[in-house]
Amino acid sequence: MDPYALKTLNAERRARRAAILVTDLGDGRDRVVREGDRVAGELGAAVAKAFRTGNSGSVEAEGRTFFLNAHLPQPRLVVIGAVHISQALAPMARIAGYPVEIIDPRTAFATPDRFPDIALHAEWPQVVLTRQPLDNYTALAALTHDPKIDDFALKAALDADCFYVGALGSRKTHAKRVERLLASGATADQIARIHAPIGLDIGAASPAEIAVAVLAQAIHAFRSRGLESKGAVA
Amino acid sequence: MERSIYLDEARDPLIIAEGWMKDGKDVAIATVVETWGSAPRPVGSHLVIDAEGNFHGSVSGGCVEGAVVAEAVEVIDSGKAKMLEFGVADETAWQVGLSCGGRIKVYVERLG
Repeated sequence: MDPYALKTLNAERRARRAAILVTDLGDGRDRVVREGDRVAGELGAAVAKAFRTGNSGSVEAEGRTFFLNAHLPQPRLVVIGAVHISQALAPMARIAGYPVEIIDPRTAFATPDRFPDIALHAEWPQVVLTRQPLDNYTALAALTHDPKIDDFALKAALDADCFYVGALGSRKTHAKRVERLLASGATADQIARIHAPIGLDIGAASPAEIAVAVLAQAIHAFRSRGLESKGAVA
Repeated sequence: MERSIYLDEARDPLIIAEGWMKDGKDVAIATVVETWGSAPRPVGSHLVIDAEGNFHGSVSGGCVEGAVVAEAVEVIDSGKAKMLEFGVADETAWQVGLSCGGRIKVYVERLG
């Protein structure tokens, strides 16, 4: 591997930008292709597909064999609410490979004491999400029950096309939330993407069990991106 | 090196390889380029190895890492990339194999 290619690739990965390392398996030469770079011919078609699916693999093009290693940004999880569920969800998600950030303007909740080693923002979602915008590789779970805190983040998640959007609350709570989101300009199609009540139906009772259900649902959403019928099951 | 909150830098094989390179170490990178059946690690997974045989990452569930490390040390010496193939553990054919029944192809190359 070319040292410059490795440095370039790692820089893209650190910046949460998708990149593909293309290696000619015949002579070992490699290069980094960024999303949006023009690549001609059969190889270009394979590169476009790898960006879309995130799947790595070998491809025959122009009489040569190339290996395409797709590096899509790591999915991450933004949690609104420094609540009991979040205390279990944050370490679990991190172990599963989904780094977590927690946002809650209530300073009594958002304390490092309750969330050791977790990226914690004791600020309003409006402030944090303006500074660090959501993206398609981010999941958002709104867990405060408080419209003043949750609603802005939910709308932002729908607008950023987060791969997973979940909101805690009963069906009744959610019905009211839907009305508020419609009033704030969200479309019905967007709102239908919200998982509410939140979490896979595993009969979760304790905060930690609910955290498992939320994490499993977010993982399912990530792994079934672009497969609408599968996404609808969750 | 700018740290990213989005990568688990302490466990990320490609970040570790870059760090080793900056420390002046010789490094080999092994990549799963093809799998058949129930292979434990997906295509694109990396194992990075230094000349002393230290390694990070994985290309299988631990079944063939030892063999890949040994080959990688040779690749670092020669500078010539190798394509390795591992299949089901079989007394006659293979010393090491995948007990899961899958087969994998691993590309081993020197960094630089």
